[in-house]
Amino acid sequence: MPDAGYIAAALASAVAITVTLRAIPFGLKALVRESALVTNLGRWMPLGAVAILATYCVARIGASGVPGEGLGELAGVAVTVGAHIWRRNAVLSIVLGAVVCLVIANVLPS
Amino acid sequence: MVREPSELAEVAQRTWVIWAGLFALGIGFGVLVTGHGFPWWLAPLMSATMFAGSVEFILVGMLAAGAPLGAVALTTLLVNSRHLFYGLSFPLHLVRGRMRKAYSVFALCDEAYALTANRDPNTLTSGSILWTQFGLHASWALGALSGGVAGAYLLSGLKGMGFVLTALFIVLTMDAYRENPDRIVLGLALGAALVAQVVLPGSMVLLAMSLFAIALIARSKSARPGHVLGDFRA
Repeated sequence: MPDAGYIAAALASAVAITVTLRAIPFGLKALVRESALVTNLGRWMPLGAVAILATYCVARIGASGVPGEGLGELAGVAVTVGAHIWRRNAVLSIVLGAVVCLVIANVLPS
Repeated sequence: MVREPSELAEVAQRTWVIWAGLFALGIGFGVLVTGHGFPWWLAPLMSATMFAGSVEFILVGMLAAGAPLGAVALTTLLVNSRHLFYGLSFPLHLVRGRMRKAYSVFALCDEAYALTANRDPNTLTSGSILWTQFGLHASWALGALSGGVAGAYLLSGLKGMGFVLTALFIVLTMDAYRENPDRIVLGLALGAALVAQVVLPGSMVLLAMSLFAIALIARSKSARPGHVLGDFRA
């Protein structure tokens, strides 16, 4: 194991950078106050950000190369989307999709 | 009257499945960390202090290999720069108290942003935002602790645990679009994501968020000022 000083320094710098990145936009917002641009970004960003994160997760399906996992996740996506159109209950949609994903990924291939 | 316990109960009812998913992912992280020869406490320590899942997985390998501090810092900067786009629309103004605001900024991970920024601000309170963030934080750190202590005996053979987060972002996208069916925003985001996936799959999220933000700035600039202001006042 690398020495504790190195681990502490690496962790401290990673924490400092992460917190700074999270804090910067709040500082910017206070600086520019109310501008049409900031208002518009605040209104449009939430939908786009979750859409990008969802696309990222879906695009990574199968990337682990673990047999069965990709298939399970694809089936889980289909079930989650279907359940959410059907019942509009976020917890239900996630649980149903996750159960289908886990069953297919862990039971079927072996 | 809104009391603290009912806020916690409301948040738990809405997000327990995400807590479970983060707990399971945390176990995987703990197992990964001890698997690299680190002591059991490093995983919960990293998870409690950084609270940034994806970059933690990357850093474990770098730390084990003794990567230079500059490389660790640069990797963290690149992977976590997507957080630059969250603060503009995160309802920090609803969080009461300096220390609580500070914690809220510290604990602003992807899931915390996604679970709050798309909700109607009228349904959010200082307590519900903080419980949402603390629940995610505690789940992730406790999962890492469990994985670090119990190691490979715990769930680590289970495949597909990360799917809960995939499902979460899909559901939140569908809810956000239903709430505010802005085809241009959704189209720009998906277009940016596809371009980023093709051009730079290794830094897909950061590139996609940047392209998306540039497109939104262009859209905002091209809109008639009167129209934008009118929307803002309404």
